[in-house]
Amino acid sequence: MEMILLFAPLIGSIVCGFGHRIIGERAAMVVATGGLFLSAILSWIIFLSFHGDGYTISLFRFIESGTLTTNWAIRMDRLTAIMLIVINTVSALVHLYSWGYMDKDPQWKEGESYKPRFFAYLSFFTFTMLMLVTSDNLLQMFFGWEGVGVASYLLIGFYYRKPSAGAAAMKAFIVNRVGDFGFALGIFGLFYLTGSINFSEILDPHNAEALSKTNLQFLSWDLNALEVITMLLFIGAMGKSAQLMLHTWLPDAMEGPTPVSALIHAATMVTAGVFMVCRLSPLMEYATFTPNFIVIIGATTAFFAATVGLVQNDIKRVIAYSTCSQLGYMFVAAGVGAYGAAMFHLFTHAFFKAMLFLGAGSVIHAMHHEQDMRNYGGLRKKIPFTFAAMMIGTLAITGVGIPLTHIGFAGFLSKDAIIESAYGAGTGVGQYAFVMLVIAAAMTSFYSWRLIFLTFYGKARGDKHTHEHAHESPIVMLMPLAVLALGAVFAGMVWYEDFFGHHWEDFFGASIYANHETNHVVHDAHAVKSWVKASPFFAMLLGFLLAMWFYIWSPENPAKLAKQQRSLYALFLNKWYFDELYDMIFVRPAKRLGNFLWKKGDGAVIDGGINGIALGIIPFMTRKYQAMQSGYLFHYAFTMVIGVAVIVTWFAVTGGSQ
Amino acid sequence: MISVEHYLTVAALLFVIGIFGIFLNRKNVIVILMSIELMLLAVNINFVAFSTHLGDLTGQVFTLFILTVAAAEAAIGLAILVCFFRVRGTIAVEDINVMKG
Repeated sequence: MEMILLFAPLIGSIVCGFGHRIIGERAAMVVATGGLFLSAILSWIIFLSFHGDGYTISLFRFIESGTLTTNWAIRMDRLTAIMLIVINTVSALVHLYSWGYMDKDPQWKEGESYKPRFFAYLSFFTFTMLMLVTSDNLLQMFFGWEGVGVASYLLIGFYYRKPSAGAAAMKAFIVNRVGDFGFALGIFGLFYLTGSINFSEILDPHNAEALSKTNLQFLSWDLNALEVITMLLFIGAMGKSAQLMLHTWLPDAMEGPTPVSALIHAATMVTAGVFMVCRLSPLMEYATFTPNFIVIIGATTAFFAATVGLVQNDIKRVIAYSTCSQLGYMFVAAGVGAYGAAMFHLFTHAFFKAMLFLGAGSVIHAMHHEQDMRNYGGLRKKIPFTFAAMMIGTLAITGVGIPLTHIGFAGFLSKDAIIESAYGAGTGVGQYAFVMLVIAAAMTSFYSWRLIFLTFYGKARGDKHTHEHAHESPIVMLMPLAVLALGAVFAGMVWYEDFFGHHWEDFFGASIYANHETNHVVHDAHAVKSWVKASPFFAMLLGFLLAMWFYIWSPENPAKLAKQQRSLYALFLNKWYFDELYDMIFVRPAKRLGNFLWKKGDGAVIDGGINGIALGIIPFMTRKYQAMQSGYLFHYAFTMVIGVAVIVTWFAVTGGSQ
Repeated sequence: MISVEHYLTVAALLFVIGIFGIFLNRKNVIVILMSIELMLLAVNINFVAFSTHLGDLTGQVFTLFILTVAAAEAAIGLAILVCFFRVRGTIAVEDINVMKG
């Protein structure tokens, strides 16, 4: 069953990508979508029937070299099972949705075949993502890690006729290389220190404890081995999950088609970093510095991305920054040790964020690929179903629910779980994270409602013709929205006890390790005071009321405030100038270096050198040698004698073989 | 008493005369052939001298081989020379200078 689940997307991808000329475009798309639905159903069966500590299915020997032994294997435990349903459910729905969304794309001319390529990439992505989450060693994980990177690159650059899409694809790939560099070093380090990269060995708590007592010498520093390794691995996670400093690629990745944004840049790939931190929980448990660093980065990202999200005008970019922010929440939870809460938010977030993206896609589809929210407005009546879906998504992401109970939309439960965990951690960084996350929650609410109000309420703005022709999306696009809506409403309430209840460790079994001597965070999180539990709710309410005030009651307010706080507005609008900063620090020096090496290194030294030898030195020497060749026998004989004399003298002087 | 050194001196002298014969002679190719013979004979003297000095007959066996090879070489050399004379009408060393690039 696991094998079918794992390889159905790959087969679908191959058949769809290479076979669509033979079996036809439609049949190819059916194969890819069918494979994904099969996988999705199987993963739900596995998830719901899963008990116990998990098992490993070895497929074949991957690499055997010296002491390194790596199998290609499926590691099936609770963590994997959760990821399986997230990936396969969203992927299957996105496949279905793409039938409608990618139909008659204006980027392509009549008669051009692009849909099978799109579906093949989507299925390929799903396969590599499954490889990532089912791996039982770091190398296979790295394969999946890079595989999703490739798929993401291909899909961001899917509209390859747009130069901006190509640039965004490259940016995503290159920024991810920075993270992968850390990840790869982390793997090397682990292998160097423990002689294994298999999870069964490196995730042994005894091993982690031993590592935490080992020291590494690097240059003149004396570093704790475990801190170094977890830090390096987390840098990998930062790249993939678009955390602060390595986040710049995610908003640009919105150049890809909207279904891609929903699948890769919201629900699955970007959560791989969170998954990895949870997977490596034994290592994280014994480290001290790294988890704190994770919390700080996560909390700062959540805050930073939310501030930028406040002022963006592109509907997809708002949701992209929202994703970035929510990933920060997950890292905070993982950092303080509430891995269950991190996975819970990952799980619920996949539903409501995929839904928001697909809903945004539906709006974009209705508005003839217009993405600027300033040209929307008053769409509530035109596309009522999409409006309802977006509404549910927004209620879920802002965390609407009844405070102090466990009744609410999915985001209410998972987000509150994280905020309570941050407070319950009782540390300084935990307090910092708590404050940041509550502020971010208010901002999340503000920008989410801003999106709704700008899109669906008020007067119609922008091109009149487009508004007149705005139409509800076809049924294949609405069905996925309906299914995801179920998840966005109920996923939190149904699984709260499992993920974050008192017996969360029983639910996760051996897949997550919590050190009982130091890690009481979930227990403490349950015991936090009522005002802590209620604070995200009031933050949400504040954000909602502000959004109401700004965009419904007095719509002239935002412009006024932007004028008043010009520098702050510019800071947020320009994403805190991260792109400009990187452009200055990395891109331009790199370009200059490239130019220098091209003009001076390649042009002057290499080309000049070769030309100099070929056109200058060689003909010169040739003429000299030519003059030496007289044709007279006695000259040649004389040369030979001189040669013999020289060799004999040489041997006599140096002592021959001695 | 004539020791092995005397023989070696004679042989070395003969060898050097042969060498100089090759590249000092500007007249006739036949002189070059004779110089080569002279060098081979100098080597033969060395062989025989060491053969008696060390009491090992192998050296003298080699001498006989070299004589044979020298005879064959002289025959071929003269044959080439005859052919060359027929083609070019001269065997003066000065005129033989086609061996160049």
